[in-house]
Amino acid sequence: MASIEFVNVTQSFDKNVIIKDLNLKIEDGKFTVLVGPSGCGKTTLLRMIAGLDPQTSGSVLINGKDVTRIPPGQRGVAMVFQNYAIYPTMSVRENIEFGLKNNKVPKDERKRLVESISETVGLAGYLDRKPSTLSGGQRQRIALARAMVKKPSVFLMDEPLSNLDAKLRVQMRIELIEMHKKLGTTFVYVTHDQVEAMSMADTIVLMNQGQIQQEAAPEVIYRQPNNLFAAQFIGVPPMNIAELGIDNVMFGFRPESGVLSTEPLATHFQVPGTIVTREMLGSETIYQVKSEEQAYMIKCTEDRFVVDQEVYLGVEAGNLFFFGADENRIDREDGRFSSYLEALGGRSKVLVMRGQANG
Amino acid sequence: MDKKRIWEAVRPYVMILPAMTGIVLFVLYPVAYLIKLSFYKYNLMNKDKSKFIGTDNYTQIFSREDFYTALLNTVVYTIGVVVLTLVLSLIIAVWLNKRKRFNAIVQAGIFTPHIISIVSVALVWMWLMEPNHGLLNFLLKTFGLPGSTWLQNSSTAMISIIIVSVWQNIGYYTLIIVAALQSIPPSIYEAAALDNASKFQVFRKITLPLISPQLFFILIIMTIGSFKVFDTVKIMTGGGPNGATTTLVYYIYEFRTNSIGYASATGVVLMAIIALLTVVYFRVLSKKVHYQ
Ligand SMILES: Nc1ncnc2c1ncn2[C@@H]1O[C@H](COP(=O)(O)OP(=O)(O)OP(=O)(O)O)[C@@H](O)[C@H]1O
Ligand SMILES: [Mg+2]
Repeated sequence: MASIEFVNVTQSFDKNVIIKDLNLKIEDGKFTVLVGPSGCGKTTLLRMIAGLDPQTSGSVLINGKDVTRIPPGQRGVAMVFQNYAIYPTMSVRENIEFGLKNNKVPKDERKRLVESISETVGLAGYLDRKPSTLSGGQRQRIALARAMVKKPSVFLMDEPLSNLDAKLRVQMRIELIEMHKKLGTTFVYVTHDQVEAMSMADTIVLMNQGQIQQEAAPEVIYRQPNNLFAAQFIGVPPMNIAELGIDNVMFGFRPESGVLSTEPLATHFQVPGTIVTREMLGSETIYQVKSEEQAYMIKCTEDRFVVDQEVYLGVEAGNLFFFGADENRIDREDGRFSSYLEALGGRSKVLVMRGQANG
Repeated sequence: MDKKRIWEAVRPYVMILPAMTGIVLFVLYPVAYLIKLSFYKYNLMNKDKSKFIGTDNYTQIFSREDFYTALLNTVVYTIGVVVLTLVLSLIIAVWLNKRKRFNAIVQAGIFTPHIISIVSVALVWMWLMEPNHGLLNFLLKTFGLPGSTWLQNSSTAMISIIIVSVWQNIGYYTLIIVAALQSIPPSIYEAAALDNASKFQVFRKITLPLISPQLFFILIIMTIGSFKVFDTVKIMTGGGPNGATTTLVYYIYEFRTNSIGYASATGVVLMAIIALLTVVYFRVLSKKVHYQ
């Protein structure tokens, strides 16, 4: 059990500053997911916790203790690497056992631990096989078992599921969630897949270009994104964003809160448009609606429209977001919010009237 | 239709014919001829006076003292060269692998001896090893150490030759090992660091097994090469002093004019020894080698 804290941490490689003055607290026992686009510094952050690339300045605390001078093997952390980094010359058993051996765990204790862990991850029949004779999913389990067997206080995982096929990934996702529940240790999980982040995390830490954009529970990030980046990163398809035309303010709404109709709607925001594409995904359908200025993605649970059809797109006032010129979200309580909302409502009426006149 | 089928069957053989012709002419035929000669008392001047003597040559080999001396010399030389080269190139390679900066320069420097002709190498070392005016003894004396007789004395001649061979070989094998080390993914070392492995454990349990195929290759190539050593001996000592550096091939070479049959038989024995060694290596060591 351990909490992790970054205090004014900067990391640079050959004068390239990757992470600058980062402050972050990862809570004890939580499943924290680091998510962000490729190259934003997620792996770098994880490696600083593990001690594989010590930070250039600032300090990393584990359980309140500065671990800068403590070597990786003695920090009580275990890591599952993106490519698994299994020892190819050792059997599955030796792979799992290696850390225990180095920590001088007695032999029969070792045997007991290895056997119970391999039972847990479903490798019991494979203990004497070489990793090269196992499948990708099984290798991934070796990596997990190797980390679990050490009973670490912090579990670091760097995109552990990215090499698996879609089905196995979903299955492993559930297994990891269950594992976290059972072990109750601190999990720090890196991914660039926001679906993984949403489904597994207690807390999501959303990063971009070495900076934390938002740190919150999945539903908070989804409902109250801090800024444009967070709004557009989380959610498939991402949030629709368009210019309001006042003070460089942008407004946005989620594809799933858009409503389509062949008749004018009573919603606060609406705009006439044409359906340009239609993606039928089974339980839902995604339409791309093109209005005069802009294209919007709309996710519907019903499949009622066809390509080239003229429609009205509407969004309720409660589902609209506004972002200031600094790209931060303007809160509902903020004085400017209602005036922007009003402006958008006025614009909608004009657009709809013009649309009717044309049609 | 039938013609086509015949061609189908014959085609592979036709394809390998050019290569096989070369192998038969320059490898199989000489070997067969060597074996044939080993059963003759061969007369170079007058072929008709050559006489089939069965296994007499072999009986002679195994009853002659000087054969055993030559064999022992070869074994000493081989063990010396193989062990020293392997250990030193492994140490240098591990050291080089960590220091990426001047890695390239050192690698080029260490590789140079390998591209110089052994004749030049041997001659230069003969100068260096000259007991009275040579640089090596001069250096030893500067540091207050006693000089060595090097090539001039039967007790130090073999080690001198071993030193020269190791010096010439080391760059090449270092390069092979460095390449092997660099092919190990760094994340494996990081995983080991997280597994709290000591430096020694990492080397023994991770590095060594991962480069074992290359080490095994070097072991076999060098054993075979060392068993066949000739040029260094020929140039530096001519087998002396007092037969102290006469290795098997040099021994064979000494019989080249007056008893071809005996020389051939020794050649066959050498071939058998090398074959046997290789088989033993594979039997004993191949389980310890980790091919990926
Ligand atoms: N050892 C290094 N030397 C130099 N630059 C590095 C090093 N490691 C990472 N970087 C740089 O740091 C930045 C962040 O890298 P990092 O590996 O943390 O990204 P990431 O968020 O994990 O991306 P991905 O999702 O693709 O794995 C990248 O621009 C990368 O080029
Ligand atoms: Mg990464």
